[in-house]
Amino acid sequence: MDFAFFLIQLLNGLQYGLLLFLVASGLTLVFGIMGIINLAHGSFYMVGAYLAWSLSSLTGSLTAAILLAIPLTVILGMGLERLLFRHLYQRDHLYQVLLTYGLILVFEELRSLIWGDDVHGVAVPALLNASIPLTDNLSYPVYRLAISGVCLLLAAGLYFLIQKTRLGMMIRAGASNREMVQSLGIDIKLIYTLVFALGIALAAFAGMINAPLSSVFPNMGSQVLIICFVVVVIGGIGSVKGAMAASLMIGLAETFGQVLVPEVAGMIVYVLMAVVLVWRPEGLFGRG
Amino acid sequence: MHKNEKIGYDRREFLKGGTAIAGATAAGVLLPAGIARAQQAKLKIGMMLPATGTFAPLGLAITNGFKLAVAERGGKLGGREIEYFTVDDESNPAKAPENVNKLVQRDKVDVVIGTVHSGVVMGMAKVLRESGTLWINPNGGAGAMTGAMCSPNFFRTSFSNWQTTYALGKVLKAKGHKNAVFITWKYAGGEEMMQGFKEGFEKEGGKLTKELYLPFPQVEFQALLTEIASIRPDAVVAFFAGGGQVKFLKDYQAAGLKGKIPLYGSGFLTEDLEASGDAAEGVETTLHYGDGLDTKKNNAFRLAYAKAFKLQPDVYAVQGYDAGQLLAAGLDAVKGNVGNKSAMIKAMESAKIDSPRGPWTLSKSHNPVQDMYLRKVVGKENKVQGVAWKALADPALGCKA
Amino acid sequence: MNSRLTNILPFLVAGLLALFPLVESTFYMQLLTKVLIMAIFAMSLDLLVGYTGLVSFGHAAYFGLAGYAIALMAPKYETISLWWSLPAAIGVCALFALITGTLVLRTRGIYFIMVTLAFSQMLFFIFHDTKIGGGSDGIYLYAKPSMNFGDVQLLNLEKLENFYWLVLVLTVAVYLLLHRVLGSTFGRALLGIKVNEHRMRALGFPVFRYQLASFTLSGALAGMAGYLAAAQYGFVNPEILSWHQSGAVLMMVILGGMGTLYGSVIGAFAFVLLQEVLSNQAWFGPSAKHWQLAMGIFIMLVALYLPQGLAGLSQRFGRKPVAEAADE
Repeated sequence: MDFAFFLIQLLNGLQYGLLLFLVASGLTLVFGIMGIINLAHGSFYMVGAYLAWSLSSLTGSLTAAILLAIPLTVILGMGLERLLFRHLYQRDHLYQVLLTYGLILVFEELRSLIWGDDVHGVAVPALLNASIPLTDNLSYPVYRLAISGVCLLLAAGLYFLIQKTRLGMMIRAGASNREMVQSLGIDIKLIYTLVFALGIALAAFAGMINAPLSSVFPNMGSQVLIICFVVVVIGGIGSVKGAMAASLMIGLAETFGQVLVPEVAGMIVYVLMAVVLVWRPEGLFGRG
Repeated sequence: MHKNEKIGYDRREFLKGGTAIAGATAAGVLLPAGIARAQQAKLKIGMMLPATGTFAPLGLAITNGFKLAVAERGGKLGGREIEYFTVDDESNPAKAPENVNKLVQRDKVDVVIGTVHSGVVMGMAKVLRESGTLWINPNGGAGAMTGAMCSPNFFRTSFSNWQTTYALGKVLKAKGHKNAVFITWKYAGGEEMMQGFKEGFEKEGGKLTKELYLPFPQVEFQALLTEIASIRPDAVVAFFAGGGQVKFLKDYQAAGLKGKIPLYGSGFLTEDLEASGDAAEGVETTLHYGDGLDTKKNNAFRLAYAKAFKLQPDVYAVQGYDAGQLLAAGLDAVKGNVGNKSAMIKAMESAKIDSPRGPWTLSKSHNPVQDMYLRKVVGKENKVQGVAWKALADPALGCKA
Repeated sequence: MNSRLTNILPFLVAGLLALFPLVESTFYMQLLTKVLIMAIFAMSLDLLVGYTGLVSFGHAAYFGLAGYAIALMAPKYETISLWWSLPAAIGVCALFALITGTLVLRTRGIYFIMVTLAFSQMLFFIFHDTKIGGGSDGIYLYAKPSMNFGDVQLLNLEKLENFYWLVLVLTVAVYLLLHRVLGSTFGRALLGIKVNEHRMRALGFPVFRYQLASFTLSGALAGMAGYLAAAQYGFVNPEILSWHQSGAVLMMVILGGMGTLYGSVIGAFAFVLLQEVLSNQAWFGPSAKHWQLAMGIFIMLVALYLPQGLAGLSQRFGRKPVAEAADE
């Protein structure tokens, strides 16, 4: 493996990792702060992608579609939190697993009823539809770079939101002690609704901006779901920092795994997860 | 392929295993319901196809195609009216034996039509070989079905995975490509297609430099595309389906390989041109069908299909349509008396199917012997360039029937 | 329900089920065979989830491993003797559970859920990506296991009703075994650990060893179910190791009601039969195609309104399940 080849694969791995981070960050937030296991997280990723496709074919612009779709997913998230998830905060995780498993089936069927079962492509915005030549016969798509940039920006934004703002402070306090926060007169219910909607919106947003790369197809959510759980668990539940580290780790492991040890490429992430958890049972950045 | 050895099995043993079921069926005939099922009762057709998930559109196209063939015969086959029984196979191989049992044992169908997913086909093969129910497979290309697992009651109207890529070897040679890289998912279907290409290409003196596999069903192609760029083969041959095919074409283009290293594939790579956009432009594939095939039969078929279903037919619709035609050929010969199975099978074996893809016959192992077309993507169409291989027959490895 | 009735009830149900082949001896009996196999699988998981407080999301690993074990052990053209192949398959699973157990039991909660998933996914890819078991096409088992005593055939398992009765007997046996185990000191210790691990440790209980024993037993019983499932249809595919399968059995346990063995049985019945009914085109016509919608809504309603699962329905009139009672 020569050096240029290595560098490009490194770039591939990092970019894939950043994309994973985008989906996984919402999952880890909802997980860590509200203690909700959301198996349907992948479904919101799918909903985002289908919204991006249907709205962009209506408006002719992916940007417009995303701007339209974000409020829709926020409303969807808030509505679901009020209607369903609110009843499960005090209950065992397993009921959340049960509920969100049911939700996957419902979303998958609604998708089939509303949008059908076909595969659809979404066009890359014209402005970003270019490639940067790296070697004489390989170039790197600008759109992928743009996605990586957006992921980094969002990561910084999340960090700022949680660590530096008043809302973030309340969120952190709510995560560690629900009753105390409530007795201080803070509306914890509202905070939970907001966090949940944020998590949903992040997953859906990931689906939207990734739609031009992944195309849009049935069951696309379940593919992403498991790998994101792996990310969240390796990184440590609730840790955005951990999600970032784990996403990059997995991105690199999969990329180099496919090239260097193709025979066992399918297993690599799971071996990685098992090793990390046996070594650090609460994940890399978990609070134990 | 040593895999086939594992699946091949001794005939006597199979008969021994099947006696219980055969006995049960025989007993069923004695029941009043069995007596009522006389000559003019409705013909029971079991459709085991995916109704949910990624393959649902394929299931629909096959159903439509089949029903069109029936409609053209006045809604009857062999003079008998038809009653459909449907099972959603969910493309889940783990449930395949159980699902096909619903048709065979619960609904007691006369013939089973199905399915798309190769793994499910393998599960069906186990049950249908034991029950002896007539089976027409309108898609799933698992080689073993008409190879080591072949059976007189098994018919396929689509292709074997091997067939879809074998002719590519000759095509690449003719274009002057001396070496190539094959990329696909790591699963049986992908490996069989790789094998078909390898055989065909090496026979022509070409060299398969590298086989690249992606874990199924991942769609993160970037790392392997980089590897292709560094290998610099004369050509790349690919097989992906469903959500993967579109993404592969797009990634291939975005990585800057399109136009630098020519891309070939089995025809399924370019079966979704609406979603692929211009990423598919110029890609050449081999398949047993092409939308733009300008024959009288194909034009009539496409018109009738579009009229009936308000949809454009695809290769899956053709395969479903031919399943109907093949069944009709068998039933006509016995005047609708499915009880006369051996005569019916004989008629089906020797049938010459006038298909939208062109006429085809069946091999000894009941897989189509058919022309493989070379197609090139031009705009939103797979334009047929010519016949890449005349009357290509699957080698049917391990079939002792 | 008084407690005497609950003691006889399992036998009454089993007795009724034993008569089923006299009524219908082909399709529905096979469906019922499958339900019973899934019931064994669900009970094995309930031992972990409901009684030991460990939620495994990778239980299909043991189920599938046993399936592959029998398919690979069986000679190509002949039947395999149940007498040694069943214990061997169970043994393989127990051993695998023992090894993975020592590793996964270092983690707790959601981490435990995920690391069990990781191990099952590894197995999935081993069988999916290599030729050991026929790759993604799967592998066949050509004949059902034999039950011979010397040269005398005790039971011809090729006869569907015989296989059904065997599965029924094993289901009852597993139920009784688990009932015994859970009623013993060991079982009570498990419940104690589930409720308060630290207290039990402080009391000097070897918590890890108890949990490992439970994990191993659970894996072994899941293996029994997997063996039977492979034998029933004679076809093993990597899909039986997939996380969907692990998810499905977990659903059965929660749906039925955790911490009640009979709840797992009810859950298995409900899960399999509901899907069977909802996807039946003869009854629901074209809308049967959307059976997953109805299934999803049903599951969500149970999660929201039946915290004890389906078994909770009966408890509204009777005593609380063992695990629940111990929580208080």
